Amino acid sequence: MTEAGEKLKRENARLTAKLALMTLGSFAFGFALVPLYGVFCDITGFGNQKALAQAATVAPQAPDDSRTVTIEFVAELPNVGSWEFRPVLASMRVHPGRLYRTDFIAKNLTGHDTVAQAVPSIAPGSVAGYFHKTECFCFTPQKFAKDEQRVLPVRFIVDRALPRHLDRITLAYTFYDQSIRTGS
Amino acid sequence: MATHAQAASHDAHDHKPHGWRRWVFSTNHKDIGTMYLVFSCVMFFVGGTMALIIRAELFQPGLQFVDPQFFNSMTAMHALVMIFGAIMPGWVGLANWLIPMQIGAPDMALPRLNNLSFWILPFAFVLLLGTLFVPGGAPAGGWTMYPPLALQAGDSFPMMIFAIHLMGISSILGAINVVVTVMNMRAPGMNLLKMPLFVWTWLITAYLLVAVMPVLAGAVTMLLTDHFFGTSFFTASGGGDPVMYQHIFWFFGHPEVYIMILPAFGVVSEIIPTFSRKPLFGYESMVYATAAIGFLSFIVWAHHMFTVGMPLAGQLFFMLATMLISVPTGVKIFNWCATMTRGSLSFEPPMLFALAFLFLFTIGGFSGLMLAIVPADFQYQDSYFVVAHFHYVLVPGSLFAIMGAVYYWLPKWVGHMYDMKLAKLHFWLSAIFVNVLFFPQHFLGLAGMPRRIPDYATQFADWNMVSSIGAFGFGFSQLLLPYIIIKCVKAGAKAADRPWDGAHGLEWELPSPAPFHSWEVPPSAAVIARGAEH
Repeated sequence: MTEAGEKLKRENARLTAKLALMTLGSFAFGFALVPLYGVFCDITGFGNQKALAQAATVAPQAPDDSRTVTIEFVAELPNVGSWEFRPVLASMRVHPGRLYRTDFIAKNLTGHDTVAQAVPSIAPGSVAGYFHKTECFCFTPQKFAKDEQRVLPVRFIVDRALPRHLDRITLAYTFYDQSIRTGS
Repeated sequence: MATHAQAASHDAHDHKPHGWRRWVFSTNHKDIGTMYLVFSCVMFFVGGTMALIIRAELFQPGLQFVDPQFFNSMTAMHALVMIFGAIMPGWVGLANWLIPMQIGAPDMALPRLNNLSFWILPFAFVLLLGTLFVPGGAPAGGWTMYPPLALQAGDSFPMMIFAIHLMGISSILGAINVVVTVMNMRAPGMNLLKMPLFVWTWLITAYLLVAVMPVLAGAVTMLLTDHFFGTSFFTASGGGDPVMYQHIFWFFGHPEVYIMILPAFGVVSEIIPTFSRKPLFGYESMVYATAAIGFLSFIVWAHHMFTVGMPLAGQLFFMLATMLISVPTGVKIFNWCATMTRGSLSFEPPMLFALAFLFLFTIGGFSGLMLAIVPADFQYQDSYFVVAHFHYVLVPGSLFAIMGAVYYWLPKWVGHMYDMKLAKLHFWLSAIFVNVLFFPQHFLGLAGMPRRIPDYATQFADWNMVSSIGAFGFGFSQLLLPYIIIKCVKAGAKAADRPWDGAHGLEWELPSPAPFHSWEVPPSAAVIARGAEH
C-alpha cells in the first residue's frame, strides 16, 4: 500500500476510535441520568420520593383554621390476592399547620410470615415539599405474622406555606411484599 | 486525499465474487446498500402485515379476529419492526449506495465494519420476531417499553432487550462508518459546503445516532438488570422511579424521530431541484437548519410525557423549545417552495413522492405543533390524534422520501428505466390511501378514542371503518413497489448516465448502471464543480 493509503488508514482509525469513545460516553451518560434525576427531584422537590419516605422535622406552626384542605387516601397493591390493604378514612378535611393522624389497615394473606414495605406517592407532585409526615408506617419495613392484621398510623402536617390554589391532595401508598421487592 | 492510491490496490474493474460469498462476505458499499434495502423492504411488509392485523381488528367495534393480548403485541411489534427494521435500515441502505458515489469516494471508509453492521440485523430480527413464538407471546407493552408493564412480560422480555441491543450496535456501527467516510474520504476539492444535502443530513443523523443510541442501550440494560439482577432503577418497591425511565427513553426517543426524518429532508432537497430544473434555494440555510433541528432534538424530550407531571417551568420550557423546532423546519419548507417557484416543473414519480412529502409532512408538522401545546396535549395524549400525527410524519414523511429516493436513483443502480406508468399508479394509490388511512384518525383522537386498544365505543365505528379501508388499500398498493423494482432489474429501457435532465451531483457523472467499483480515480475539479451546482 502506498504512503498516502497508509495515512488515510491511520486517519480513519483515529476518527473511528474517537467516535467509539463518544459512543461509550453516551452510554455512560445514560447511566449518569439516574443520579442527575435524583438531583433534579431534590432541587425542585417535585414528586420527591426521598422526602416522602422520611420523617419530617417541622417547627410547630400556628394552625390556620380559616383554610381547609381535603386529603384523599389511596391504598394500592401491586397484585391482587396476597394482601388486604385499605385506608380507614377515604378522605379528611384538614387545616394547614395542625397535626393529624389517620390509619391504614393491612392484613397478611400470603399464608406465611413476611415483611412488607409501603411506598408513598403524592399528587399533585408539586405539593411534596408542603406535606410533612412526622410518623409513617412507610418509613420502615413492616413485619407481619401469618394472617396478622394491623392498624398502621400516619401523622402529618400540611404546611401553612401551601400555595393558596391547592385545596386537594392525594396521598397514595403501594404495599409491596418482600417477595416482589427487587432491591433495597 | 489518498483515494486514488488506495483504489489502485483493488481488483480489476467490475470483477466481483459470485454466489452467496458475494453477499455474506461483501465489503462493497453497493452490495451492502442493496442488502440493507432488501432487508428494509422485507421488514416493511412484515410490519405492514402487523398493521393490517391491527386495522382488521379495528374495522368494526367488538373483538373479531384476535385476542387483546395479541392485539397489543401487534401494536408494539409493528412499531419496533417499522422503526428499527424498515425505516432505519432503509436510510442506511441509501447512505451506503449514495454517499461514496456522491462525495467521489471509492467505498465506505470501513468496509468490514459495514459488513458487520448489516449482518447483525437479521440476527436481531430473528430474536425480535422469535418472541411471537415464545410462551407469553411477543412484547405487548408498547414499543416504548415503559416499566412496570414491560417488566411483566414473559419470556419475550430478554429477547426483546437483546434484539434492541443488537439493532443499536448495528446502527451505531453504521453511523460511525458514515461519519468517517464523509470526514475522511471526500474527493480532493469536495469541501463540506459542496456536499449534496443528502450527505449533509446523513452526517448530522450519524452524529445523533452516536449520541443517543447508547442512551437507549443504557435504558434497556437498566430494564434488564431490574428484571433479572435485583436492581431498582425503575421499580418503586426498591426506591426506583418508573417516570425516570420515560425521561431516559425519550432523551433517546426524540432525537430518534429526527434520525428517521433528517435524511428524508436530504432526499427531498435533491429531488425537488432536479425536477424544477433550478438549483436548490438557500443551500447553506438548509445545512444550518438541519444542524439546528439536530441540536433542538436534544432539549424537547419531555413533550412526550407532559401528563406524567412536571413543574410548570419545565412544561413551559419543553413547550416553547418544541415550538421553536418549527422555525428551522419552516425554513426548509420555504426553501423547497422557493426552489419550485418559477421552475420548469415536471412530475416524474420521484417528484410526485417529494411533493406529497412536502404537503403531508407539513400536515404532520402542524399536528405536532398542536401536541406541543401543554394544555391541549392533556386532551390529545395517548389518543388516536397522536397516532395520526406520527404516522403523517413517518409514512408520507420518511417512507415516501425513501420510495422517492428509490425511484430517483433506481436507474443509476440497475441501468434500466422502470415502468413509469406503474410507478405513477403506485404513487397515486399510496398518496390517496395514506390519507384515507390516517386523516380520519385525527377525528377519532379528538373525539376521545385512545390508542392501543382492540375494541372501542360504537361512536368511533364509522371513521375506524374508513381508516381500515384506507389501510388495506395502502397495504396492497405497496406490493407494486417490489414488482416495479424486480421488473426494472430484469429488463427495461437502457437508462442514460443522467436519466433526469435536471440532475446534478457526482453520482450522475458515473455510467448507468454504476460500476461495481466507482471513483477509483477521484473525480477532477471540473467534474466536482459541475456536480456541485446547487
